Amino acid sequence: MTDLSKTPETTPARDGAFLSVQDLKVHFSTSDGIVKATDGLTFELERGKTLGIVGESGSGKSVSSSAIMGLHRGTNAILSGQIMLDGVDLLKVSNEDMRRRRGRDVAMIFQDPLSAMHPYYTVGNQIMEAYQVHNDVSKKEARTRAIEMLERVGIPQPDRRVDDYPHQFSGGMRQRAMIAMGLINNPSLLIADEPTTALDVTVQAQILDLLQDLQRDFDAAIIIITHDLGVVAEMADDVLVMYAGRAVEYGPCKEILTNPEMPYTWGLLSSVPDLTASTEAKLIPIRGNPPSLLNPPPGCAFEPRCDHVAKVGGDLCRTTLPDLTPAHSGGNHTKRCHIKNADEVYEAEILPEIAPDLVED
Amino acid sequence: MSDTTTAPAASVAPESTEAVLSVDNLKMHFPVKGSGVIRRTVGHVKAVDGVSFEVARGSALGLVGESGCGKSTTGRMVTRLYKPTEGSINFEGTDIANYSGRQLHPMRREIQMIFQDPSTSLNPRHTVGSIIGAPLRIHNMVPKNKVLSRVQELLEIVGLNPEHYNRYPHEFSGGQRQRIGIARALTLQPKLLVADEPVSALDVSIQAQVINLLQDLQKEFDISFLFIAHDLAIVRHFCPEVAVMYLGKIVEIGDRESIYERAHHPYTQALLSAVPDVKQAAIGGRRERIRLEGDVPSPINPPSGCHFRTRCAIAKDICSVVEPPLLQIGKKHKVACHFPGEIHQHPEKPITAPLLGVDEFGAPDPGASPAEVPGDGPGYADTWYDLANNSRGRA
Repeated sequence: MTDLSKTPETTPARDGAFLSVQDLKVHFSTSDGIVKATDGLTFELERGKTLGIVGESGSGKSVSSSAIMGLHRGTNAILSGQIMLDGVDLLKVSNEDMRRRRGRDVAMIFQDPLSAMHPYYTVGNQIMEAYQVHNDVSKKEARTRAIEMLERVGIPQPDRRVDDYPHQFSGGMRQRAMIAMGLINNPSLLIADEPTTALDVTVQAQILDLLQDLQRDFDAAIIIITHDLGVVAEMADDVLVMYAGRAVEYGPCKEILTNPEMPYTWGLLSSVPDLTASTEAKLIPIRGNPPSLLNPPPGCAFEPRCDHVAKVGGDLCRTTLPDLTPAHSGGNHTKRCHIKNADEVYEAEILPEIAPDLVED
Repeated sequence: MSDTTTAPAASVAPESTEAVLSVDNLKMHFPVKGSGVIRRTVGHVKAVDGVSFEVARGSALGLVGESGCGKSTTGRMVTRLYKPTEGSINFEGTDIANYSGRQLHPMRREIQMIFQDPSTSLNPRHTVGSIIGAPLRIHNMVPKNKVLSRVQELLEIVGLNPEHYNRYPHEFSGGQRQRIGIARALTLQPKLLVADEPVSALDVSIQAQVINLLQDLQKEFDISFLFIAHDLAIVRHFCPEVAVMYLGKIVEIGDRESIYERAHHPYTQALLSAVPDVKQAAIGGRRERIRLEGDVPSPINPPSGCHFRTRCAIAKDICSVVEPPLLQIGKKHKVACHFPGEIHQHPEKPITAPLLGVDEFGAPDPGASPAEVPGDGPGYADTWYDLANNSRGRA
């Protein structure tokens, strides 16, 4: 890869994806041993596209994205790998440089806007600060810009609400104010960490519409972290399914959700009820609990919970970690599983369970 | 129209489903105190403003709606954690709405609650054994030396290791903690469980485990559920009957098919269209949906007439003047709208106007004779308003 000097701003943008994460590892050293929260994550994202990251709590979704924001600096996290944003390796830039990029190039929307916003400052104050840090403008200009942004995200009477405190906003409005704060500097990469999990469906739909409109206007790349496959289906171009710190399936959204080839993705799809499925059918949960990242299983991390181990035969699943290999559907679809004929298993066993109406014969 | 029979009592249900719980015109108004020394009451938050419903034995009623619509308050009144301002809560034939603390004590055995967040509803300083055993001791259900064995039995029922009775809540994962909450609610073998968002704090794969557990328990112990949630797909899966609430009122109530296949209220239709669907992946893009602008209005000062009119796409003049009654339009289907109809098929004229004795703009019509509105009360009447013929229908 390009050799990066101390002043990465001058490095010309290299060919390839706008954001490219290569073999990212985030390890935390604890008194019980090393927690491998993210262990070798690779993905790419173009401008104007959306990547959905799906997985259970503790699968390393948030840890990976905070690494892109540089939020692990100053903690005892051990990072390795490469995060190339527009030709610059974000893991190599200085703290001062990262601070300048944070908010301007990369912005983040957090899950819980009540705890992510400072209760002691007005909403307007916090949005203005985000703007003033990166732009040499007067307070008055910043305020005008903050009001403009609040209006853009659909806060009624923005000139009055700008002086409200976060607790005076409703949940949906707080989330919108967070989005206004994140987008005020027109970042080229927006990371939305569970942006709608705490919200009602109607408000969720509004926020998702808003994100898509803004993406169109600013041509931003969006990473949306969620555990709601429905949100992913409607928003994402690419999907990355994470389990125990690793990508277990990665590819175009349509392929992943219509032809998944990894038992964990099957489990996720079959454990959520939808609005049209038969109500007589039982939900099929994934048994057991996610593994401890202190002491992950030696082979496939999903093996203790997997119902399809017998299809591989021998001890392979328990002893050997499968590689991320191209899936049967081809294209950029990759999966981390030993099962040879995963596409046939999906059609024969999984599809009849989750969508009997789609099975043709 | 020519129906002259008296309105049947609510308890006469078409099938032999007997109601365990029957709630009639329940209201909860929280006072808002002004600033200053005297702290005079300056207004009321009408959190729940006249809801009526029934829960059949061994069945489940789902309460859905946006946050702040009063669904949790309703649940807390049914468990009598709140004392209702008005209305009655008939549990197995006795009205417990005004029971005193002492009278309630035996009732607590019958109605139990599962809370949303298992990490804050379990005392971190007590072991699981003492948390689950507490109801047994308080109600003197079993002799002291038998408490432990009953606790272990309960742990086994909810799928936890019985040996773990002397562990603390923090030693369990989220899904396991929710199972502890369920075990505690089951200790006294209740007849009615109020489950307030029991799975919304859990991961999807764990959600399915807990939902399956609740369904198994429901079958095994014949428990009725009042199931409060905002996830419409989960409610559809779990509850044969669903009530949709908006700003303290029920806007639509009915059996599963009526609500999910033939919703007649614009709010229910908007809610359903807002649920993201996994199957959309095959088509790509976003689903067409009814956009609801803005937020839920303040319950201190709700809009006049129909509460939903400020966000409703089909609102007309009458909606701001007259509040629509909850009108029964099917065997098990009631809706509170002046223009009830399936999506894009709402009627032009308010069908409720003749019933209420007003003209189509909501002004009192001296010529009309207000009729009795079918469907008033907690249960379902066996006559209803037939939308197709604009007349009374019948089972």
